Amino acid sequence: MSATVIILFLAIVLLTLVITFFAAKRTQTAGDFYTAGGGLTGMQNGLAIAGDYLSAASFLGIAGAIALFGFDGFFYSIGFLIAYLVVLFLVAEPLRNLGKYTLADMINSRFDARKVRGAAALNTITISTFYMIAQLVGAGALIQLLFGIKYWMAVLIVGVMMTIYVLFGGMIATSWVQIVKAVLLMAGMVIMTFLVLLKFNFNIGQMFTDVKSVTAHGEAYLMPGLQYTEPLGTISLMLALVLGTAGLPHILMRFFTVRDAKTARSSVVVATWVIGIFYVLTLFLGFGAAAFVGHDTIIAANPGGNMAAPLLAQAVGGDILFAFISAVAFATILAVVAGLVLSGASAFAHDLYGQIIKKGNVTEREQVKAARYASLAVSVLSIVLALFAQYLNVAFLVSLAFCIAASANLPVILYTVYWKRFNTTGAVTAMLTGLLSALILVSISPSVFSPIEGAALFVGEPIFSLTNPALVSVPLGFLGGYVGTLLSKEKDIKRYAEVKVKANTGYKSSGVSH
Amino acid sequence: MGAEKEYKQEPAKEIDFVQVTESRSFKKLMHDRKKFIVPLTVFFMIFYFLLPILTSYTTFLNTPVIGDISWVWLFALAQFIMTWVLCTVYVKKAAVFDKQADEIIREMEEGGKRQ
Repeated sequence: MSATVIILFLAIVLLTLVITFFAAKRTQTAGDFYTAGGGLTGMQNGLAIAGDYLSAASFLGIAGAIALFGFDGFFYSIGFLIAYLVVLFLVAEPLRNLGKYTLADMINSRFDARKVRGAAALNTITISTFYMIAQLVGAGALIQLLFGIKYWMAVLIVGVMMTIYVLFGGMIATSWVQIVKAVLLMAGMVIMTFLVLLKFNFNIGQMFTDVKSVTAHGEAYLMPGLQYTEPLGTISLMLALVLGTAGLPHILMRFFTVRDAKTARSSVVVATWVIGIFYVLTLFLGFGAAAFVGHDTIIAANPGGNMAAPLLAQAVGGDILFAFISAVAFATILAVVAGLVLSGASAFAHDLYGQIIKKGNVTEREQVKAARYASLAVSVLSIVLALFAQYLNVAFLVSLAFCIAASANLPVILYTVYWKRFNTTGAVTAMLTGLLSALILVSISPSVFSPIEGAALFVGEPIFSLTNPALVSVPLGFLGGYVGTLLSKEKDIKRYAEVKVKANTGYKSSGVSH
Repeated sequence: MGAEKEYKQEPAKEIDFVQVTESRSFKKLMHDRKKFIVPLTVFFMIFYFLLPILTSYTTFLNTPVIGDISWVWLFALAQFIMTWVLCTVYVKKAAVFDKQADEIIREMEEGGKRQ
């Protein structure tokens, strides 16, 4: 570990602590804690969404996947980006208009039932937990590689940092950590792309011709099919990627940090540009790593290809760029885990404690206190889980989180806003069917069972052949909601009229949800 | 901070939301939104899934177009461009919907009686 790495690493830690210090002074109400008081601008929130979304899996994982598998690695970039059209066209504005702090608030704007809120909170906690373990395990492995410290120490460092941000600075600190990280990450990407292009004399055609000869795959490197050979498996993965984002609680929560639907919309637009440019640049990083680092060196550093981007930084920019990119990767992890802690804590403190146990009879002070306790609990729990999960496959955990989000949350969101006949029973069955079918199908899939020892959790023949079950579990989530609705006679035309008017016009009454 | 200051407080009389949904202006907003959102959503989903479907079941995207750059890369690039274009189109259109929505809110606050 060189001195430059340590200095940059400490600079980032210091910067985030300064942010937290100032944010803590401004965090007084539950609204401040969960949603930064709803006072972010579209630009700020857009950057924060990008900061929340572009996880280490995106930055290091996709660059590595492109370096190793060419076009197939790029599939992720496309799916993760187009997901924002689903968010923009169908989800962002009604969500902002109907909700307050959590996804459950939005669904409960139509149904008062506690079981609906409970199911929504359960989904949020499940998704955030899987996502969080994935991030922490990835973080541990990465920091271990970058700085040469032990896995448990790495997890503990990230864990303590995220706890500090959320516990003291709430959503204000979390948002600003995400904004700073998004800017640093984009700067790092642009510098690396520039250096890679410089090596190819800014000739993109030349770059394609060159990478064809540098990898062992030859021409096949530029064609799809190196990694994904099963048509249905590929389509199922693509479905989870494009629909999952619109159901991820930590991303949805970001829409409550702005004042109205119009700002929510402009934040999606900013996020889409930033994220889109980022994913275009992953191509140059991937190709650059394939050409200037080489397949064997990437694999030797980490079999998953996660070190491709930092190694490329070293190859094209020397030690200083390597230190900078490593520090950015660290900031990336911190920003994402902080957002996850907050979304998990909001489900515990606001939904389960505040609304279900206390039935909404909590003072502002009690709410903030509950939110802080919940954040601490969520942090400690995920650190402990991550310490035990060291050998779990990170990509599997992330794709599982996306799959549950798409199957369990998206159907209920769409039905709540757009389907007149939808009712309480349907809301519960939609959420539970989606959640259970995703969990069960994954647990009997090749991600868990593999005939080859060590390739998955257990040795055995998988009963279900798709690694990512979205192709089956998403339709099941929709079907569950549909059948559940028809099974119950309940129908509230008046309430739906209110939801419809509010969702589409942004009208807010002083009563019901606020 | 400002989230609830946007609109005036609810008038003393309770708003009949069913009546609002049956008003001509609201129906028009719903109709306009649907006419805009549904076709474009169907379009981008088909455009998106066309990529994995074509790469999984056919090989013609592997034909080189410009030097060694094959159709599959151009199609991938088209996905990015489509996303940005649709984003811009949506924002333009949403500004029109905003105006319609403001009009509906104004009518509601005046008593919501107007049909």
